[in-house]
Amino acid sequence: MAAVPAVLQSEWTKIRTVSSTIWTLASALIVTVAMSAALSAVLNSTFDELSELERATFDPTFVSFSGMVLGQLAMVVFGVLVVGTEYSSGMIRTSLAAVPQRATFLFSKIVVAGVLALAVGLVTSFLSFFLGQALLGEHRTTIGADNVLRAVVGGGLYMGLIAVFSMGVAAMLRSSMLSLGILVPFFFLISQILSAVPKAKEVAKYFPDQAGSKIMQVVPDALGSEKAPYGPWGGLGIMLVWVAASLLGGYLVLKRRDA
Amino acid sequence: MIEAVGLTKRYGAKTAVYNLSFQVRPGVVTGFLGPNGSGKSTTMRMILGLDTPTSGHVTIGGHPFRRLPNAPRQVGALLDAKAVHGGRSARNHLLSLAQLAGIPARRVDEVLGVVGLQDVAKRRSKGFSLGMGQRLGIAAALLGDPQVLLFDEPVNGLDPEGILWVRNLMKKLASEGRTVFVSSHLMSEMALTADHLIVIGRGQLLSDMPVKQFISANSADFARVRTPEGEPALRDKLSGVLVEAGGRVLSEPDGALRVTGLPLPRISDLAHGADVRLWELSPHQASLEEAYMRLTQGAVDYRSTDDKLAHLQAPPQPGQPGYGMPPGPSAPADAPQQGWYAPPPPGQNPYAAPQPPAAPAAPAPAAAPRPSLQKKPSDTTEDAR
Repeated sequence: MAAVPAVLQSEWTKIRTVSSTIWTLASALIVTVAMSAALSAVLNSTFDELSELERATFDPTFVSFSGMVLGQLAMVVFGVLVVGTEYSSGMIRTSLAAVPQRATFLFSKIVVAGVLALAVGLVTSFLSFFLGQALLGEHRTTIGADNVLRAVVGGGLYMGLIAVFSMGVAAMLRSSMLSLGILVPFFFLISQILSAVPKAKEVAKYFPDQAGSKIMQVVPDALGSEKAPYGPWGGLGIMLVWVAASLLGGYLVLKRRDA
Repeated sequence: MIEAVGLTKRYGAKTAVYNLSFQVRPGVVTGFLGPNGSGKSTTMRMILGLDTPTSGHVTIGGHPFRRLPNAPRQVGALLDAKAVHGGRSARNHLLSLAQLAGIPARRVDEVLGVVGLQDVAKRRSKGFSLGMGQRLGIAAALLGDPQVLLFDEPVNGLDPEGILWVRNLMKKLASEGRTVFVSSHLMSEMALTADHLIVIGRGQLLSDMPVKQFISANSADFARVRTPEGEPALRDKLSGVLVEAGGRVLSEPDGALRVTGLPLPRISDLAHGADVRLWELSPHQASLEEAYMRLTQGAVDYRSTDDKLAHLQAPPQPGQPGYGMPPGPSAPADAPQQGWYAPPPPGQNPYAAPQPPAAPAAPAPAAAPRPSLQKKPSDTTEDAR
């Protein structure tokens, strides 16, 4: 039985020795922070042009996370590549010949990559928040205000969970290309579009990104967004269910299929 | 010690391996031979627990691979030279594998030296040649100093120096009392490396015996007798006499006779007694390659045919055998058929010049036998290079 600490150490070596890790995580951070800062600055200067509803539910915390729509895609790529390159390179056979216990292999990999994604997510989230608040001028809030710390930590959790969800999907599909081809349009287009279509949005509310992003809102239904039948933690719970499902699916596929 | 019992693997309707039972013992190099697609790699993957057998089981030292305690320290395997993440350096690749089994980083540098990759250790494996990839794979197999080693086609892509090195490495590992299981389709290579052979064809066991025994069991030594050309009467006369004396006579496509069961002096005496002149009387001993070809000729899945460039030159002829055609009537392996498999011309035999394609009485599709003729099976050094 390959010991879990040994597998964790090995997975850490694997993850830190490929350049895709640096590139994807760095883009997640830079894209999110830069785009959030830009949108915060824009909203600050155009605050008076917002509708009354939007002004009433203005959420400076949520505004400073608006770059995550794009930044999460880099997290998706990171999660997919961590698992998918094992398959595309054939490394999976070497790995499983060395760690015959497939659950140990998969979950060690996901723990290492997930913790790393979470750490980067938290840094991203705090940077985005402070930079965004600095640019929001008089509309800013502070980290000490009610629920703000929860939202900022939640932003980091959200990014980490998106990466872990992608890892589960890649383990199910056993292919980087296929996983990216499904996940990127889903998060970037389908989920965003469906959430604006009547009736479809009732379903879209329960998508992992829609539900999970509620944790980042301090003002309920911020900026006139759709009312959700769950709170911030409820939303994160729904996202966790999605993540658990994708991991279970990935594990079952790895366990049953021939490598 | 690797032990397979009734190993069967089906992929949908296709049976890759069927009811395979064998033992691989420590202390000797065991060669695992079979034509392309005969199930060698599938069997290797099942031994390593990568594929689950449809039925039957395989154990290493009494345990199924997936339940081995600290597998990397007990079993080392080279399955696929390119099964590495191309963006990772050779050293980091080995380091990640070493850490799994609690092997110190010092050992990584050691095996890199053993396989001769120390100068490119920091380079990404993406730029490695096939030969360098093989060396990296062998390094990974040696990492844990395991008692059981599996190598799937280890000499693919290696240069002559590398092939010699692998050959000596296998022998050395076996002499240290390890179990060494090497697959190959290069019979000539196995002849020089292996002590014991397991041959499969179409996923079934064809043979499991020591190399020496394999050769004598699968190849009948014979004498080639040639009577003057243009005098078929002499030939028939000699055949009759030889059969009468208890020999077994088969005719080869070019008109020579293949005689078994009679020693050479006796054939000469009989010919002299019958007043038949001989143009050739030569002894033949089958090489391992020949024995292998004979054994597996009925079990070849992918047989090459001549590229007739048909539609580049003229409209295709009906009934022309093409790629993927069933390999014709299969016959019991112990009855050598002229059209199917003729022995190679021995050395510089002026009479064994290229044979006309319209050889008489070829039972198989006309194109089928040619590849085996062209391959010069007796030339054991050719493939090794």
